[in-house]
Amino acid sequence: MRMLTFAQRNRKEILRDPITLLFGILLPIIIMWLFSIMQKNMPIDLYSIENLTPGVVVFSFSFITLFSGMLLGKDKSTSFLTRIFASPMTATDFIVGYTLPLLPVAILQIVICFISAFVLDLPFNISVIISFIVLIIISFLYIGFGILLGTLLTDKQVGGAFAIFVNLSAWLSGTWFELDMIGGTFKTFSYLLPFAHARDATRATLAGEYGDLVVPLLWVIGYTIVIYFIAISGFKKKMKG
Amino acid sequence: MAIVMKELTKQFKDRTAVDHLSLTIEKGEFFALLGQNAAGKTTTIKMLSCLLTPTSGDAWMNGDSIVEKLEAVKQKINLSPQETAVAPNLSVKENLEFIAAIYGFNKRDALKKSAEMMERFGLTNRAESRAKTLSGGLQRRLSVAMAMISNPEILFLDEPTLGLDVRARRDLWEILLSLKGKMTIVLTTHYLEEVEALADRVGILHNGKLHALGTSEELKQQTGQATLEDVFLQLTEEQ
Repeated sequence: MRMLTFAQRNRKEILRDPITLLFGILLPIIIMWLFSIMQKNMPIDLYSIENLTPGVVVFSFSFITLFSGMLLGKDKSTSFLTRIFASPMTATDFIVGYTLPLLPVAILQIVICFISAFVLDLPFNISVIISFIVLIIISFLYIGFGILLGTLLTDKQVGGAFAIFVNLSAWLSGTWFELDMIGGTFKTFSYLLPFAHARDATRATLAGEYGDLVVPLLWVIGYTIVIYFIAISGFKKKMKG
Repeated sequence: MAIVMKELTKQFKDRTAVDHLSLTIEKGEFFALLGQNAAGKTTTIKMLSCLLTPTSGDAWMNGDSIVEKLEAVKQKINLSPQETAVAPNLSVKENLEFIAAIYGFNKRDALKKSAEMMERFGLTNRAESRAKTLSGGLQRRLSVAMAMISNPEILFLDEPTLGLDVRARRDLWEILLSLKGKMTIVLTTHYLEEVEALADRVGILHNGKLHALGTSEELKQQTGQATLEDVFLQLTEEQ
């Protein structure tokens, strides 16, 4: 129950600071529209809506990293967290409490991105619904990254780290271009990180190629578990001063 | 005994913040911990409220060890940190209900307790105001109210009146006086008149060590000084 109480408090903190939230939802839509316009004038099929949608939804999750990181970083910069560290709440209560309120935000981002994609001629079928579920799983990875950043850094440092993170996750996920176009070390390195796997998992699901979903999704889940494990360990350490 | 400290020590790299502190505080006692900046007051409070693990030694809070039984200790205590500690985007009422809920109160009891606290701290007319819109004095009052809402057996107040104007400070004293005997209170402060007005006993920390212990009057007699300020200056004079 403590974790739900804490989640409720965090939900209120996020919703009562709506400008960042709005930015995180509007920017991916604008990007999707811009790339669709570019595609119309391109000779090759680089930004077709089927290819673009998975990348943009995954890219939009970077903002969840910002929300969770900033929320935790802000709490850390005040004595508020000191107060609740002295309460009977456990590290798991804290991590779940920071994670839960960001799930509705992720769902909202997925829904809005898909509505925009439908307007831009993405066909609606069962794969969209399965992609929706896969994307919810992927969103945990980005929430976890935020919690990790918030645990290790101050709120001001989270802002700077986010600038690096959002670029890394965009460039190394293959959202803006196919990683095969560059290949070599760049591609190898990209596939050592979870971002390209997150995009591949969504793209495979949306294309109905479910056999290609398993490996990238396992990468994402593996990274999520590791990130949460490090975040919880870091948090426990912070709780003990 | 509410609090028993035995050889409590905290070392930060090459600096000993609290040095083999042994002290007992009675149930229902209002105890003031005095000391200059960096004397070890806040470190002591942090160890007693399970925010820092002692390097060595232990303390028992109503029988439970701060090293071995953290969960049991945390259920018994509450803390008002040195800086105001409120959730800025929650209202006064929501802040109080939130703390009540994480200490295990059900919704009905949390509502009742938060109404009681708002009444006691003169915050009822600001119940729906977000904490960040309150003045510094009101935020501080809310912060202290949040520490009291869980009915702790032991309450730690780390410089609770810091930054308050004279009237706000006196108002808070009245509230604290009304709690005397009902819970064990450990207060740290730099205001010596506050100690004389509120505390049953005083401990003076200097360089992490306990230099004196007793009532204000006992300390004056022991040192031959007329005021607590002179006692403090004498006992904390650098050799």
